Amino acid sequence: MVSAPVISVRDLGLTFPGKKGAEPIDVLRSINLEITTGEFVCIVGPSGCGKTTFLNIVTGFLRQSTGEVLVQGAPVKGPDPRRIFVFQENGVFPWLTVEQNIAFGIARCPSKEQREIVRRYVRMVGLTGFEKAYPRELSGGMRQRVEIARALAPDPEIIYMDEPFGALDFITRLKMRADLTRIWEKEKKTILFVTHDIEESVQLADRVVVLSPRPGSVRKQVKIDLPRPRDLDSPEYLELRDEIFHTIGMSLRVGAGEEMSAIFP
Amino acid sequence: MKKGILLPLAVLLAVCFLWDRAVLLSRSDIFPTPYQVLLGIVELIQHGLLLKYVVASLFRVSVGFVLAVLIGVPVGLLLGWFKPAFLALNPLIQLLRPISPIAWIPIAILWFKVDDRAPIFLIFLSSLFPITVATIAAVQNIQPVYVRAAQNFGVTRVDLFRRVIFPACLPQIITSLRISLGIAWLVVVAAEMIAVNSGLGYLIIDARNAGKRYDLVVAGMLMIGLIGLILDLLVRSLERFEQVRWGYSQRG
Ligand SMILES: Nc1ncnc2c1ncn2[C@@H]1O[C@H](COP(=O)(O)OP(=O)(O)OP(=O)(O)O)[C@@H](O)[C@H]1O
Ligand SMILES: [Mg+2]
Repeated sequence: MVSAPVISVRDLGLTFPGKKGAEPIDVLRSINLEITTGEFVCIVGPSGCGKTTFLNIVTGFLRQSTGEVLVQGAPVKGPDPRRIFVFQENGVFPWLTVEQNIAFGIARCPSKEQREIVRRYVRMVGLTGFEKAYPRELSGGMRQRVEIARALAPDPEIIYMDEPFGALDFITRLKMRADLTRIWEKEKKTILFVTHDIEESVQLADRVVVLSPRPGSVRKQVKIDLPRPRDLDSPEYLELRDEIFHTIGMSLRVGAGEEMSAIFP
Repeated sequence: MKKGILLPLAVLLAVCFLWDRAVLLSRSDIFPTPYQVLLGIVELIQHGLLLKYVVASLFRVSVGFVLAVLIGVPVGLLLGWFKPAFLALNPLIQLLRPISPIAWIPIAILWFKVDDRAPIFLIFLSSLFPITVATIAAVQNIQPVYVRAAQNFGVTRVDLFRRVIFPACLPQIITSLRISLGIAWLVVVAAEMIAVNSGLGYLIIDARNAGKRYDLVVAGMLMIGLIGLILDLLVRSLERFEQVRWGYSQRG
């Protein structure tokens, strides 16, 4: 690819000041990363390695301690409607209906256009018939789709997703991955997707960035050059998946010999 | 459905029966039987007093309560959001809050003499603190993810309050309205016993002082209970709106 990076992270580090008396916590250490326009990048890493923290800095919800983040050519100053965050804990507003939620970010559009956009994304995420429903009447997967539609509606250039499918059951997760891939191919957004599920990252991404345990830094980047929809039985797929598992495994062995499942659920 | 009405009705009848027996057995000529209370209510209606006093009490409660809502909710939203304002005002609120509205009666009479403004002021005070404090707590406990999502979409500060903070707090605000309206109804009766000469509270104290008419005393008490129940049902019906139902755990 020849296009300039839309996100470029240079030598990023973050240290949380410790609570009274306690040591400060190093969460991220010298992260370097470049992401090009339209790319689908997955970040994987063990729980607590700083993935959410990293996304919060790139979005502008949190300030880094060292280094810089340039998004669309400028240092990040704060949250921006051109770049929408899909939260790990579902952020759909329970006091609004599905269509009101999706319309939340486009309140300034004329109402005719608004209706048009809402209808389009309701259809895209497969919620036709549920426009007037409230989130408490929906399943977890449906609620997650509302949030994705809400993020897409203002036509952002970048979407940040923090384990958006983490709380869903296995089958729903598979379906959501297929849906997201389809939407991404159609909408051509840049997506930065955080997960701790290696299979998920290999199924979705153009490139997988593997973070080390805390303090998080880039351990390895793996390009996933497989055609979509992806064949989960193909030797190429399995090879890439195992390569990432291996990377994580090595990083675990360097640790204090803890159970793999304890650190990597 | 039928069982849900039959059982309470049976209990009510049984209580009336026991009450009646007890009065007869004690040979009291002051304490009324249920039948005498019923006659008392009819008498009050015939003289047009019941309606007049109910309206007087409801008027005071509505004005005081609405004023408290109009001030308490916005103040609570702002204090909950702006930390310095909260730190500055919270000690004062916490100091004034435990003072029973009844303790304000002498001051209310001093300021407003014996007219409607005194009980209205007391109702206002009694509702203001629960509403303000509950609204502050609701804002402070709002899920951060809602605020962040809204900020991400680039809402203005006014819109943040209007479209996110207020609706997110509404379920808890409504609960506080229910509690404070209950208190207001308790307070208006007490205030009317002292600070004015109309209303259900006045009816009770006047019926006793002017001729030991205990049938009217109990009639007044029953009216207070009945209207209090209706007020509670009214506020409770707010909890059924779809915009707030998410805020109450699955009951019913
Ligand atoms: N506000 C904070 N103050 C202090 N430490 C924090 C704060 N937020 C996060 N941390 C610490 O930073 C580390 C990284 O947290 P983060 O939420 O980024 O992890 P994560 O990789 O997203 O984990 P998960 O996969 O479980 O979501 C954790 O060890 C956590 O204890
Ligand atoms: Mg996280």
